[in-house]
Amino acid sequence: MEQVGFLSAMPINEIVFFINKVVVAGLIIGSVYALGAVGLTLVWGILRFANFAHGDLMTLGAFIAFVLTMVMPGLGAAVGLPTAFVVMPIAMAITALITIGLDKAFYQPLRKTNPKPITLVIASFGVMLMLQGLIRLIWGTAPRNMYVTPKEIYRIPFAGKDIIITEPQLLLIVVTVVAIVALHLFLTRSRTGKAMRAMSDNADLARISGISTDKVVRTTWIIAGSLAAAAGTLLAMDVSLKPDLSFNILIPIVAAMIVGGIGQPYGAISGGLLVGFTETVAVFNWSILLRPLKPHLPDWIELPASIAFVPTEYKIVVPFVILVAVLIWRPNGIFKGKVL
Amino acid sequence: MSILKMTDVHAGYGGANILNGVNMEIGAHEIGVIVGPNGAGKSTSLKALFGLLTVSEGSVVFDGKDVTNAKPENLVRGGLSFVPQEFNVFPAMTVRENLEMGAYVRKDDYRHLIEKMFEYFPPLRDKQKQPAGELSGGQRQMVAIGRALMMEPKLLLLDEPTAGLSPRYMGEIFERVIAINASGVGILMVEQNARQALAIAHKGFVLAGGRNSFTDTGQALLDNPEVAESFLGGGAKH
Ligand SMILES: Nc1ncnc2c1ncn2[C@@H]1O[C@H](COP(=O)(O)OP(=O)(O)O)[C@@H](O)[C@H]1O
Ligand SMILES: [Mg+2]
Repeated sequence: MEQVGFLSAMPINEIVFFINKVVVAGLIIGSVYALGAVGLTLVWGILRFANFAHGDLMTLGAFIAFVLTMVMPGLGAAVGLPTAFVVMPIAMAITALITIGLDKAFYQPLRKTNPKPITLVIASFGVMLMLQGLIRLIWGTAPRNMYVTPKEIYRIPFAGKDIIITEPQLLLIVVTVVAIVALHLFLTRSRTGKAMRAMSDNADLARISGISTDKVVRTTWIIAGSLAAAAGTLLAMDVSLKPDLSFNILIPIVAAMIVGGIGQPYGAISGGLLVGFTETVAVFNWSILLRPLKPHLPDWIELPASIAFVPTEYKIVVPFVILVAVLIWRPNGIFKGKVL
Repeated sequence: MSILKMTDVHAGYGGANILNGVNMEIGAHEIGVIVGPNGAGKSTSLKALFGLLTVSEGSVVFDGKDVTNAKPENLVRGGLSFVPQEFNVFPAMTVRENLEMGAYVRKDDYRHLIEKMFEYFPPLRDKQKQPAGELSGGQRQMVAIGRALMMEPKLLLLDEPTAGLSPRYMGEIFERVIAINASGVGILMVEQNARQALAIAHKGFVLAGGRNSFTDTGQALLDNPEVAESFLGGGAKH
């Protein structure tokens, strides 16, 4: 009998394929959803409305990073990072300022009238349409490349094969981890962070305690706007920059927020990753993983070319399915959010 | 000198006025007690003097300054603290964080005050890392009062601090209120347990229909047969 090594007995090709197509891809899109959903859920926690313009803040942030990249294309080479990434903090700051401006112009005057939450939601719908129009008016509809130089691609050797991850994907994962840790420290250690949690918990009592609610609102917009810009920029670096970049991911982001428990930042992060992974698994073509079984199958079984839970065109239903499934199991979301 | 003087205060929630001329005056370090039937405007009076409602007529003077329609934030800084009747803790935050939020506007090191609250309310010490929403009603009330005391206020407003509590906790809260007052903090308190509350009150205010029906010392109100008849459920007892 021939000795067969453990590794050579494993279908390495298929495993690496699975890691690349599901684990890496799910982590990437999950991180984008997580960064988006955190901002959305923080705004909900403080202002009690779902901000539909949040997706377009991501796109806007990416376009601002794009403009900055075009203005200073050589900046990245000087430090050995992509230019778009180097200018990202500036884009985040500008987006945060715009977000505060939008609040002053549209939401703050409404808040003074003690509106129903739906009024603010509709207003955010208006802001969303306005941003979409402005973005198309200024930058057109053609896809843009955020990279001035070719993208780095990292190959991590794994049992003789390569796990492939691109530079923007790696940066996205790093930024997501840093953002989560920073947000956690901010919310649990800093005075303003605690005041934010207090206001989200009981806004009237926060006011009674002397917490400046205006300052908390401003801080919330700054965090939401800058995280949106970071997520948008990194996503555009990974794929390409188009005006509908993040409008298409608004639904999964909203689902991620609700799944995690509305108003719960940690919930939004887990919700984002959950929705991201489920989506990737759902559209994954399992046929390729089943290929090694082919010699052992009787002749009359033919493997179809494509076996996926959900055809790619219907990917958009996945967040809804997760939403329903999680809410049946936990009506207030994974982290027990506020009841709507 | 009086620490608080409300003169002919009118206020409401946007519609018709609920308060139609409320007058209250209490001295520094005194206990004032507000009693009256449900819907009389007791809670509304506290909210109006704390700047949570717009006072349309009349004035509020606190610690020698006119604070009519002042912002809660500034009142807190000036030494006025308020414990509302309901939703008076941050349920998802720990007991310790609740106390810290009470000291939000302080710029100094207030850790010794947290320690002092644990001395006032010993059951809270072991629960300091627990979310306040998980505590029993009586302990939540302790957190709520503790939060308000973190500013070392000159005057503490308490809205029905014993509502819904077991007799054991009720006695404990009353005891604490007396101790807090003895340490130099003025108290203005709304209470359903009118007899018990008036017994410890320097000043008592009987509200009905958004205005004062009777205003006197606590003991005088207890002895007043008319008050006893209409508001204390039966003749004066001794
Ligand atoms: N938030 C509110 N909005 C409108 N009306 C209110 C509000 N809160 C209380 N009221 C009304 O004001 C009146 C006085 O209420 P309140 O001051 O709470 O009475 P109580 O003396 O029992 O504390 C009641 O008629 C009540 O219905
Ligand atoms: Mg009341």
